Amino acid sequence: MLENLQTLILALADDDLFMGHRHAEWIGLGPILEEDIAFASIAQDETGHAQAYYQILTDLGLPSPDEWAFRRQPQDFRCAHLVELPNFDYDYAIALLRHFLYDAAEKVRLQALTQSTYEPLSLLARRLQSEEKYHWLHARTWIERLGRSTEEAHQRLLAARDLLWPYAWALFEPLPNEPEMVSAGWVPPSQTLREEWVTLIQPILEPIGLWKEPPAPAELTPLLGARHGHRSPYFEQLYAEFTEVSASEPEADW
Amino acid sequence: MNSLDPRIQRAEPRLSRITEVQLPPLDHWPTYEVFVQRTRGGHAQHVGSLHAPDPDLALILAKEQYARRSQCVSLWVVPTEAILWTSAEDEDLFHPATDKSYREPQGYLHTRERLEKYRDRLKPLS
Repeated sequence: MLENLQTLILALADDDLFMGHRHAEWIGLGPILEEDIAFASIAQDETGHAQAYYQILTDLGLPSPDEWAFRRQPQDFRCAHLVELPNFDYDYAIALLRHFLYDAAEKVRLQALTQSTYEPLSLLARRLQSEEKYHWLHARTWIERLGRSTEEAHQRLLAARDLLWPYAWALFEPLPNEPEMVSAGWVPPSQTLREEWVTLIQPILEPIGLWKEPPAPAELTPLLGARHGHRSPYFEQLYAEFTEVSASEPEADW
Repeated sequence: MNSLDPRIQRAEPRLSRITEVQLPPLDHWPTYEVFVQRTRGGHAQHVGSLHAPDPDLALILAKEQYARRSQCVSLWVVPTEAILWTSAEDEDLFHPATDKSYREPQGYLHTRERLEKYRDRLKPLS
């Protein structure tokens, strides 16, 4: 049971940890001051959510949040590859669309977790929903506005969509031993969450020409395995940078 | 470290990537004035202004600019251009020419004493 719980919590926490980190790479580079501050704040929220998830494990006598975040082997992470992707050439369309696709999944996931039979998880999900509500409002409003603005904005969003699309669908790769988690009432099946995610985003993306059919298996299959510990080619550099400071003084009390 | 983060390589800015955009003077997004209501039913207080492309995004951006560190139950935004104001040069509009202290709260300070004095004067008549 503990092993399954650890897998589930790490998948949730690791997603938020690296989503927060990738968003935070935009600090000081945002398109305008006001948006820079808002997006940085969202990044901080995601990192805070990761910490709160790790704390559930810590409360069970497992390692501390810092140990989970900074001192793990790559294959022990359970995040989806969507959050590992770099910001490439810093095109804000990619940042916003990833934020949109990710926070739509978060919205669906947190809503489901409020009904979890594992109480520490359902309590935490309820607590995180207030910040998630803002993330979704922010993401959705930008995408709807930019989707209806200039031709350049539309082209950039289309390119971002094509880049991110299979990665976003791969967010819903089933977890190892998922049937046991589902029958324990901890989480709904990933497939159910994916269907709810589609119901949420399709009516928003379709009218602005950004919807497309699910990725073909040939596109999706190479991205699977993330929930089992298979890391993307971007992870090594990401983690080296992420742990650079903490590794410089492993015993320090940050 | 060979980082993808452009800030890590600040010492050597990749000039080829910087494109200069010439904007007409003052060609910015419009500004909005932001008001925060700190308690239900309380007054909305002006806290500052911000740039935003439209009113919905003004509300969304205002949340992180102005309601991040303090109590807030509701935000208002108003296009700056919708605000009318009097000129500071007309400040004398607000200076009374004669003593109007009776309008101020202390004008009511001794009401009870005055009332009782008046009642005392009426007593012998009744």
